[in-house]
Amino acid sequence: MEVYLLQLFNGLSISSILLLVALGLAITFGLMKVINMAHGELIMIGAYSTYLTQNLFNDYLPESMFDWYFVLAVPASFVIAFIFGLILEMSLIRFLYGRPLDSLLATWGVGLVLQQLARSIFGAPNVAVTSPSWLDGGMKIMDGTLLPYKRLFIIALVIACLVSMYFYIYRSHEGRRMRAVMQNRDMAACLGVSTRRVDAMTFAIGSGIAGVAGCALTLLGPIGPSLGTYYIVDAFMVVVLGGVGKLVGTVLGATGIGMFNTLFEYWTNASLGKVLVFVCIVAFLQWKPMGLVAMRTRSLD
Amino acid sequence: MKKRLFYQFSLLLVALTLVLAGCGSKNEPVSTKEETPKATEAANTGASTEGEIKVGILHSQSGTMAISEVSVIDAELMAIDEINAAGGVMGKKIVPVIEDGASDWPTFAEKARKLISEDKVATVFGGWTSASRKAMKPVFEELNGLLWYPVQYEGLESSPNIFYTGATTNQQIVPSVTWLLENRGKKFYLLGSDYVFPRTANLVIKEQLKAEGGELVGEEYTPLGHTDYSTLISKIKEAKPDVVYNTLNGDSNVAFFKQLKDAGITAKDITTLSVSVAEEEIRGIGVDVLEGHLAAWNYYQTTDTPANKTFVENYKKKYGAERVTADPIEAGYTAVYLWAAAVEKAGSTEVDKVKEAAKELEWDAPEGKVKIDGATQHIYKTVRIGEVQADGQFKEMWNSGEAVKPDPYLKGYDWAASIQPTE
Amino acid sequence: MRLQKLTPQRLWILLGYTAAAAALFSAPLFVSDFRLNLLAKFLAFAIVALGLDLIWGYTGILSLGHGIFFGLGAYAMAMYLKLEASGGKPPDFMGWSGLKELPLFWQPFQHFGFAVVMGIAIPALLALVLGYFTFRNRIRGVYFTILTQALVIITTTLLVGQQAFTGGTNGVTGYSSLLGFSLGSPDTKRALYLITVVVLISIFVLCRFVIGSRFGKVLRAIRDGENRVRFIGYNPATYQMVVFTLSAAIAGLAGMLFVLHVGIISPSMLGIVPSIEMVLWVAIGGRGTLIGAALGAILMNWAKSEFSTAYPEGWLFFMGALFVVVVVFMPKGVAGLVGQLKFRRKRREPEHERVRNPAV
Repeated sequence: MEVYLLQLFNGLSISSILLLVALGLAITFGLMKVINMAHGELIMIGAYSTYLTQNLFNDYLPESMFDWYFVLAVPASFVIAFIFGLILEMSLIRFLYGRPLDSLLATWGVGLVLQQLARSIFGAPNVAVTSPSWLDGGMKIMDGTLLPYKRLFIIALVIACLVSMYFYIYRSHEGRRMRAVMQNRDMAACLGVSTRRVDAMTFAIGSGIAGVAGCALTLLGPIGPSLGTYYIVDAFMVVVLGGVGKLVGTVLGATGIGMFNTLFEYWTNASLGKVLVFVCIVAFLQWKPMGLVAMRTRSLD
Repeated sequence: MKKRLFYQFSLLLVALTLVLAGCGSKNEPVSTKEETPKATEAANTGASTEGEIKVGILHSQSGTMAISEVSVIDAELMAIDEINAAGGVMGKKIVPVIEDGASDWPTFAEKARKLISEDKVATVFGGWTSASRKAMKPVFEELNGLLWYPVQYEGLESSPNIFYTGATTNQQIVPSVTWLLENRGKKFYLLGSDYVFPRTANLVIKEQLKAEGGELVGEEYTPLGHTDYSTLISKIKEAKPDVVYNTLNGDSNVAFFKQLKDAGITAKDITTLSVSVAEEEIRGIGVDVLEGHLAAWNYYQTTDTPANKTFVENYKKKYGAERVTADPIEAGYTAVYLWAAAVEKAGSTEVDKVKEAAKELEWDAPEGKVKIDGATQHIYKTVRIGEVQADGQFKEMWNSGEAVKPDPYLKGYDWAASIQPTE
Repeated sequence: MRLQKLTPQRLWILLGYTAAAAALFSAPLFVSDFRLNLLAKFLAFAIVALGLDLIWGYTGILSLGHGIFFGLGAYAMAMYLKLEASGGKPPDFMGWSGLKELPLFWQPFQHFGFAVVMGIAIPALLALVLGYFTFRNRIRGVYFTILTQALVIITTTLLVGQQAFTGGTNGVTGYSSLLGFSLGSPDTKRALYLITVVVLISIFVLCRFVIGSRFGKVLRAIRDGENRVRFIGYNPATYQMVVFTLSAAIAGLAGMLFVLHVGIISPSMLGIVPSIEMVLWVAIGGRGTLIGAALGAILMNWAKSEFSTAYPEGWLFFMGALFVVVVVFMPKGVAGLVGQLKFRRKRREPEHERVRNPAV
């Protein structure tokens, strides 16, 4: 019994991680049709930002304050990744709108450069981030079932990101402009919306969320130059499976992959579990090429 | 349209000339012998041009394995510098030729071939993963080169062209399993990355458990780069082992140990013994999650020998006080010294003579006295089990007392009869 | 193809061809064994690039899964070579994976002919099945590309996970001979090199024939406007399927040659990174021109082996930057650049002739 409960929680936890990783992509890919292969590297930037924040606290603040570095690390990761995203958009991505496959290749090159940059700055080996002590341990539900606070924290973080994104996109002026541009660029431009600005903003926000994901990942996994490569394909699968352009789809996609992943891994083993999940995705897309939640459109292409 | 084609072809011509010219110009220094069949024989005669001896260093400087291998390069270069400062080998200076294996096995094979047949190096120090060694092995055997391989590995191999300065199974895994059975419990859970070393190592462990009264309660492999261990940890919890024998590699270790701690399992609940976690890796995983866990190696930075004191001191002086030494780093360093001693003794860099001279050669390595076993070209090593301390260093819990004779095919163990190679 | 008049221009082109072929054929005379071996490897890559260009440059399908087809071909040949080396007994890695008997599906690979046929047939078949479903379901563009990545993950994970049957991460290595000829001997190597040159030229001619034919015209039409082609009455799925299969078969063939030259195949050659690199060669050389694709593969790999050693760090920066610059500012690659420079002054290209977004 407790095993099933624990596995359910594990599935939920993996889903939340996948969702966090894919959220930024859902914006850049789903809304802007830019395939950002450097998304993984933006995650890595977020992780290294957390590492730097930790070091700053370590060096300049009294030890009693150390535990609170993580509170600062989340916004710091967002801001730094945001800035990187902004630079990337202004210098490169803006040439690539309407050429999704080219954007895939070009951003892959960017990813390569960023990885090497991280390697030159921080060295090839992994760096260690000590997670704050208030995230140690877990919630005991029953005997032998411990829900780690870190995983609970990540689930909470995802929900927070989702909610704020929802409010930003659907309840704010900027969000309205963003939707206007994504739905009909020319019309929005005619009505006085600066599409250049909106594009840059949207891409930067997507990147910023990748940074937050990176910050969260420092709690669970390695922090190294190749961190992003572990997540990038999974993130794309989430977005494509969920259906492009809808946040609900991304949430469903992440939950689906996360749950099935846990299930298959529990039944078989990690390698086979992964294969089965991917086979399911490929099969599912044959059946529903537009993903779980399809945007209805009358256009042909 | 036609005109464009024409320009494309002129481009083709230019490019081709470029490539061929590139090949040609590179050749000039070595190539008084365009009649290439002799090139391979030339490699055998060694690389001693007046005053210098070229040696190859072939590790991954880029890609996923760079994490581990870069430090080994540092150690090997340090050994070369030290030897040169002391007057070199046979009065000649050692000149390293560094190549990047780029964490890609075919690249290792290609670069090995280049080092031997183009650069005419006297020997090569290189490799980390078993896969890179397996990729280079046919090249060294074909061209009769000499490779020094510095990492513990899964055994069942003994190439006439390779010297193995890392541990084979009976110098690391087998004694550690025996020690665990005697001290920590009978129920074993085997966890490893999905590649050759863990699978082969676990094959050995399973036979050993059967013979020595242990019990196997689980065996799992995760893909390289796997980062979520929650399900696996649930499985471990269900199986209730006394010992998790961990052969995970690289980044997976970070995720596994972090998440193990989160799941409320500490070193007190389940003993975890790792064979791929050394001082370097501890820094990337974080001491807080690793404290109290075990590892089996032949050398720790804390190993108490006079040679090690100077080794650690010099290493830190050269590369920075925050750097640490570890088993493979020490093995790489030792390899260079052993080769130099063998060349000195042979009075030549010729591969066959060096091999002959290397037999039963002894040297006071940082890990203690080591000796090359002539028959297998592995070295005698002392086995040590250590526990991670709060400062990121190991405390030695147990050692084998004397250097253990290498036995890559486990011929000295009756229970290992079924895992002999088929060829 | 129709016979065309021999204008001076065509003569020059023909001369260019002949000179290039002559240079390739005579390379063994003035290049060292090691360099020849490298060149042979690059030529094998050039063959993949040709196949990739067929589907990307000419049909607008971007596959990031060509590493699989390349790898499957390579594995087929590797299985034969391994069995020849072990004399039909189970190869070494099966032993240390606990397998005592030669698995059934390995056995026919003792025959060279079977291995060669399979090296082409297996990739082609896989591509056919995949193409049948995906193209019929009108999965295109980006979705297809991401799907091929999923396929890469599936294949590599399986290859790595089934160590007893596939050699795991180590891959398959340690060969001795091919049909009795020692693979180590320089003569065999030279012969293999020449075979590679012949194959490359034949594939090149084949591709020229394909794109020059009616079939090739439909392919380009699909690239530029798939729906229009459909409304005219063609079924694009069939064309895409056929060309995808052809491209996979070519990749398989290249994989077989690769194994012969390099002496090892491992799952790392099938991964996402090599698959993207293959596309990169085509992008840099010039998609939509066969010669550009082939040259891109040769030049990029040559540069990689020259520079990556001297500047392992700088090399990655350079490659990343080059990739960005080429994709963004030179969509037709180096081959296109030469044309562009020359023709800019003479006449502005009509808008429709420029490949704006070939893949959209």
